[in-house]
Amino acid sequence: MRHVILERWSRGESCVHRRDPRAKIVALITFLAVVATAHRALAWLAPGLLLLLLAGLVLAKLPLTGALVRAALVVPFTGVFALICWFAGEPALGLRLLAKSYLSALAVIWVVATTPLPALLNGFEMTGVPRFLLVVCQFLYRYLFVISEEAQHMSKAAAARGTAARNWTAPGPSFRAAAGALGVLFARSYARAGDIHRAMLARGFDGRFLQLHSENFRPADTAFALVASLAPVAVRLTVERVVG
Amino acid sequence: MTPLVEVHGLRFRYDDGTAALNGVDFHLNAGETVALLGPNGSGKTTFVLHLNGLLRGQGRVSVSGLTVEPKNIPAIRRKVGIVFQDSESQLFMPTVLEDVAFGLLNRGLDSVTARGRASAALETVGMSAAAARAPYHLSAGEKKRVAIAGIIAMEPEVLVLDEPTASLDPPGQRSLAGLVADLPQAKILVTHDVPFALALCQRAVFFQAGRIAAEGPVEEMVCRFDWHFAFERSKSPR
Repeated sequence: MRHVILERWSRGESCVHRRDPRAKIVALITFLAVVATAHRALAWLAPGLLLLLLAGLVLAKLPLTGALVRAALVVPFTGVFALICWFAGEPALGLRLLAKSYLSALAVIWVVATTPLPALLNGFEMTGVPRFLLVVCQFLYRYLFVISEEAQHMSKAAAARGTAARNWTAPGPSFRAAAGALGVLFARSYARAGDIHRAMLARGFDGRFLQLHSENFRPADTAFALVASLAPVAVRLTVERVVG
Repeated sequence: MTPLVEVHGLRFRYDDGTAALNGVDFHLNAGETVALLGPNGSGKTTFVLHLNGLLRGQGRVSVSGLTVEPKNIPAIRRKVGIVFQDSESQLFMPTVLEDVAFGLLNRGLDSVTARGRASAALETVGMSAAAARAPYHLSAGEKKRVAIAGIIAMEPEVLVLDEPTASLDPPGQRSLAGLVADLPQAKILVTHDVPFALALCQRAVFFQAGRIAAEGPVEEMVCRFDWHFAFERSKSPR
């Protein structure tokens, strides 16, 4: 089975991977705040922040192209609003929107790709995020894998009987078959998810994914949180002072 | 001697109206290994899901003197460990070690103790080398062993294995039989695998239409219900 690449990256070994999730969450929130509230000199600030993120990706030993491409997944969504701004006679606003969304997505990828999701959610719980919300995220995460695996099984079974997945979008019988397959996929995933939930309950699951690795906030985590949080603030202040 | 597991008059009906259990009486003594035989859909898996409260039907189920009811569920689930038929459903953590430690952490053990017991359980099933691997990268036999490790790490009093030899090759079945035979717990094996049941079980109960139709020595049940695979190709003259 192929699994989400971010999950694989998050199991890597680097000084960023080793940091406490809370330190990375603080850095991420600061970065997002810096990006969201930036109005002046964005043409200079955006490349500066991008360079900062690239440095973070290098430090985390993550593949640059892969991360940059994945962050671009946000473009089709914000691109629609950027186009609306363009047609409304505000192309600069559209470009700002695109730049901010891309930088934010890349920052999120940097954190998600350096922290296994259970540890990240654990970090959010320790920083006071409501537990109910995190439990929903945990199950969403687990069951996305279930649906993905079931879809891969079905795709293989279809291919073994001579059906190419790309033909399923063609009108007529193939499209009907694809619609039926989608229904079966949901039914099977639902049944499988029930089995998994039962297996979790059987081993005493009470709604919390507990970590085998206990998280201790070390001095190095404090230093990391400070440096990683102050860096985007410093970049913004410098750019605004020099250019703006 | 008081049986470890006692079931009286257990009845269960699924939401769609299917009557899966129609009055089951059962007992399991400490140290005993019992095979549950019977056709597909006869209620074997539904029955074992009642033993640790994953399903609740009418009738009485008790484990080590504790009745299966909401207030006893956490204690009951510590006493009864179920290895599910589909190991994929049982392995959901990112690494093998974390998966085996899952139940231990839920029991309130600290990380160091949980890690030690999980490592010991992996050693028991011969999977120490796979501790850091992702469960979905293992073979069917390895997944089964890790699933068993996840249960025996919790040191249950009763071990339930649902179709343990399904999807295993003959060497895998042999190796699993050796592993299960060495485990000290009382065991319930839900299986269609007659040689496996003959090798490990002192007794068999035969399920039919949600009831126990008969019980006794495995050989006797197999003969009485003609419960073995035999096929002779008809010889047609050429």
